[in-house]
Amino acid sequence: MKICVLVKEVPDAAVEKRMDPNTGRLDRSGEKNLNPFDTHAIEAAMQIREGGAVDVDEIVAVTMGPESAVRALHKAVSLGADRSVHLTDESLAGSDVVATGYALAQALKAENPDLVLLGQQSDDGECYTIGAVVADHLRMPSLTQVIKIDVNGESLRCERQAEYGYDTVDVALPAVISVGDAINEPRYPSLKAIMGAKKKPLDTKSAGDVEIDTSRVGQDGSKTAVLAINPPPEKQAGEIIEDEDTDETVQKIVAWLDERKLLA
Amino acid sequence: MSGILTYALHYEGEFNKNSLGAVSEAAKLAKELGQEAHAVVVGDDVTDELAGKLGNYGASKVYYASAPVGIAQPVVDVMAKLIQDNGYSYALFGGGLLGFEIGAGLAARLGGGVTMEVTQVKVQDGKLVAERPILQDSAIVDVDYVGEPGVIIGRLNAFEIAENGGSADVEKVDVELSDFSTKCTMVQRGEQRGADVNIEDAELLVGGGRGLGKAEGFKIAEDLAEALGGAVAATRAVVDAGWYPYAAQIGQTGKTVAPKLYLAVGISGAIQHKVGMQNSENIVAINKDPNAPIFEFSDLGIVGDLNKIVPKLTEAIKAKKGG
Repeated sequence: MKICVLVKEVPDAAVEKRMDPNTGRLDRSGEKNLNPFDTHAIEAAMQIREGGAVDVDEIVAVTMGPESAVRALHKAVSLGADRSVHLTDESLAGSDVVATGYALAQALKAENPDLVLLGQQSDDGECYTIGAVVADHLRMPSLTQVIKIDVNGESLRCERQAEYGYDTVDVALPAVISVGDAINEPRYPSLKAIMGAKKKPLDTKSAGDVEIDTSRVGQDGSKTAVLAINPPPEKQAGEIIEDEDTDETVQKIVAWLDERKLLA
Repeated sequence: MSGILTYALHYEGEFNKNSLGAVSEAAKLAKELGQEAHAVVVGDDVTDELAGKLGNYGASKVYYASAPVGIAQPVVDVMAKLIQDNGYSYALFGGGLLGFEIGAGLAARLGGGVTMEVTQVKVQDGKLVAERPILQDSAIVDVDYVGEPGVIIGRLNAFEIAENGGSADVEKVDVELSDFSTKCTMVQRGEQRGADVNIEDAELLVGGGRGLGKAEGFKIAEDLAEALGGAVAATRAVVDAGWYPYAAQIGQTGKTVAPKLYLAVGISGAIQHKVGMQNSENIVAINKDPNAPIFEFSDLGIVGDLNKIVPKLTEAIKAKKGG
């Protein structure tokens, strides 16, 4: 079995994010990190490999992004991927969800995986959607918000959380599965793995290499357009208490609740 | 033909309330555009009667198709066919798992634009423009659609449910499913894990998150809730970890609440949780991380160790109420 894991470089969660007012896009100049949900996808791939129910020949990390995205691939490799693919091309800049999903699907077609895994969401905002877009282009079954995967011959038995409870769904391979962070605890990379990550094979692909129709990607190929960016409605900042003397803190909380008649 | 097509999710004979919100919103927007709002129901258990209920929320026509229930891709097949045959300009979905999956798949299938986590939709120059908060709600973008269809996926609870006493024409449609759409097989749907607690009706809620450390950590949240006379809710992370039952889960894939008081202990305030509780009248948060996002939308934030603060708070509330 060959597993491709889609990964994404996202702004570090601890760094304040902002929009670039000139381009209407996220300002990506700050600190970057591998999207935390994607580390769960890599771990899921590793656990399938180590589970022994199926032979996993290769785990390939795949990303799309500018030059800096290579660091996300190094991190993915240090967590267990055998090699990585970096789809990078100026024509891809400014792609919306559907254009991004199409481009990633083209990169994946070239790899011909049996299973595509990805984190169900990215820290910088594309919510729950990229897996479904990729799956439709690949004409593969898809399931999102998966919290358990068992390999069962030629199919996967997955548990996922839905609006009304937990679903158990059998999914025939090849498939695209988005995983939630409850699926596992990602391992820490060893020092040796971190040091060795840069030596693992990394293929850089351009749009032409994976037969991307450039009229369908980038800002011009996207079907959504940002008309305006506005600040949110003003909300009065709440009161903050640093707990130094807990008895005093508790007194303040009780007084606050009492004032609002919440202790009747 | 123009108009707005909406998908309504059902479970055990009842429509999901975010779906009813989406149908209501579509009806309101369609009226402003001078168009019609139609809806789709998909499943192996749909009746004329069930489908017809959407008329009361403003759908003038409801299609239903027999296909596996609770799986996104068959719905994409049905909606794509209806849009191709009838030329709807927009597809609108309520918040929640299937809305995200179906909406995104549909946009990919038809080459349309998609916007998710939409909090408001407005009519501008005869078109729909979606408002979407981004970057932890620090900015709101207005998104326009290039070409058709435009796919709008709401944030949980974004659209109000409006009943109008109307009725709908109901039409059963047969749609051939894509080869890959039949490769997901539902083995068990909607399994409930853990005991039921009624958090939607509680006026005072104590929400517990990962900061409680372990399942046993919920004891202090339960004691606090009991002292307040309220109920305990939980974040998705702790529900998935098996610390607390799903019935108590708040957020994107859980319940949406709006109590008089939401007291969050050990909850960082991730966006998925926020959407489920942000309409609470008073929000109090206790968390040791001063940078936790929850402090950005709390009315009162306590930066400190919940294990020290919460038991003392419980005692103080008991004393206050007892006195």
